[in-house]
Amino acid sequence: MKKVEAIIKPFKLEEVKEALSATGVTVTEVKGFGRQKGHKEIYRGAEYVVEFLPKLKIEVVIPDDLLRTVIDVICKTASTGRIGDGKIFVIPVENAIRIRTGEEGAIAVE
Amino acid sequence: MLKTIGKANVRYLPQLLLVGMICLTGGWALAQETTDATAIDETRVALDTLWVMIAGFLVFWMNAGFALVETGFCRAKNAVNILAKNFIVFAIASLSFWITGFGLMFGDGNGFVGFSGFLLSGADNSPAMADAYSGVYSALNWTGVPLEAKFFFQLVFAATAATIVSGAVAERIKFQAFILFSFLLVAVVYPVSGHWIWGGGWLANILGGSFKDFAGSTVVHSVGGWAALVGAMLLGPRIGKYRADGSVNAIPGHNIAYATLGGLILWLGWFGFNPGSTMAADGKAIAHIAVTTAMAGAAGIAAATAYAWLRVGTPDLSMIINGCLAGLVAITAPCDGVSVFGSVIIGLIAGMLVVESVLLIDKLRVDDPVGAVSVHLVNGIWGTLAVGLFNTDLGLFYGGGVNQLIIQLIGIGAVGAFTVTASLLLWSVIRLTLGLRVEPDEEYAGLDKSEMGLEAYPEDALTPEYKQVSTA
Repeated sequence: MKKVEAIIKPFKLEEVKEALSATGVTVTEVKGFGRQKGHKEIYRGAEYVVEFLPKLKIEVVIPDDLLRTVIDVICKTASTGRIGDGKIFVIPVENAIRIRTGEEGAIAVE
Repeated sequence: MLKTIGKANVRYLPQLLLVGMICLTGGWALAQETTDATAIDETRVALDTLWVMIAGFLVFWMNAGFALVETGFCRAKNAVNILAKNFIVFAIASLSFWITGFGLMFGDGNGFVGFSGFLLSGADNSPAMADAYSGVYSALNWTGVPLEAKFFFQLVFAATAATIVSGAVAERIKFQAFILFSFLLVAVVYPVSGHWIWGGGWLANILGGSFKDFAGSTVVHSVGGWAALVGAMLLGPRIGKYRADGSVNAIPGHNIAYATLGGLILWLGWFGFNPGSTMAADGKAIAHIAVTTAMAGAAGIAAATAYAWLRVGTPDLSMIINGCLAGLVAITAPCDGVSVFGSVIIGLIAGMLVVESVLLIDKLRVDDPVGAVSVHLVNGIWGTLAVGLFNTDLGLFYGGGVNQLIIQLIGIGAVGAFTVTASLLLWSVIRLTLGLRVEPDEEYAGLDKSEMGLEAYPEDALTPEYKQVSTA
């Protein structure tokens, strides 16, 4: 099993969610900066820097054989071609348990 | 609608019948002239009182406007604190104006202060006017409304002056320090300079004329503005307002929607503030003042929009709201005696002045989160001067010479000197006793947590009802 963590632009959530509808997904509102950095705004004549930009972190845990598909789907749906589109991280998962039934392993995330 | 008309007709039926009977009886009516006059007087008193009270209610509602503007321009972590200050300040001002303020301001006394009629307990035969008046509030005998109508209308003005202070000292002042200052400002500072101008004091009779401040650019707004300036200077800037290199760091307000609604509520309130200061249902005057007030506010908005856009690069809505209020503050003194054209010029200049003043005050390292000093003090002074320039009888631009302008300057200087001295004294005494400013860690956490123990926007807590659901 693998966990796929992707940081994406918030307005891309709907497309990514549609594409991942078969697996289920966890979404967290996060803030941060990468190469995009922050940007400057002006309030009452004085500048201030918005250093951390709002992003969404989506997490999906999937059986190994689905990994490539999921990565491709996220890359395709979350992309705008502009700086700040985000990143995908893949992490190995030791086990997964469905609380209701007690099922363990890949069957719990299918 | 029909129902209302029907009710109104029934209500005035006795008067109408009376007038009709008097007309019909002809010669007998002439003999009974005094009865006739009394009947008409009662209607006039009723109409005047109705107008003064409605205007007073509108001014009262300005508290809501101030609360929303100030809260919107400050951070979410201080929202409860600012809302509480704005709510309480009206109560504090009501009590202190009743106890001493009204007596000091309008009670008979000397040229510097009134000293009768405290606790609203002086002799008074209102609504008798002018020579027919006998009582201790002779400075208000020009208006034919009951004493309590006069008191209520003046009370809501006094409360406005106190409210101005809260925005400038926001996000760092101790709650009890603000409450005590508000009480003392309305109890002893506001009424003294008010007595000079509206209470028949020395500025009401000077250099062959009188200091002219129709609805309070100086009496209310500058006084509040001076007290706010002194408070903000003594408190020092909020943590983070200035960077290490001395440049200004913006601290954005948390809810511009609140601020916008607040600005509109204040504008509506001003139609009570200025037209109500006729203190009589004088149709022509009310309509004229409503128009000059509206036009100055509109011109203030237009000028602030354009000027902010050119000066800082964006049409900053917070500056535009300030621009509206600046135009309204500026027209408050001259609203009755200027042409509509004059009111537009006054408003345009106010809108530009307020933007420049906000930038300048920031540079001077005086932290005024809501622009209270730029709106109420700078434009209170501008509006007061504008009487000497634009008044169609006495103004310099209308052939009235410089006499009125000189009188206005003397009044601005005297009220400024007095209010700054008195505020400095009060703020200093409070600093030595209660302390003025919260600790840095309290300021960082926000006054809602550290002072109020209540947050404006709390996370939904895990309260007992959640436990009931999960155990059910």
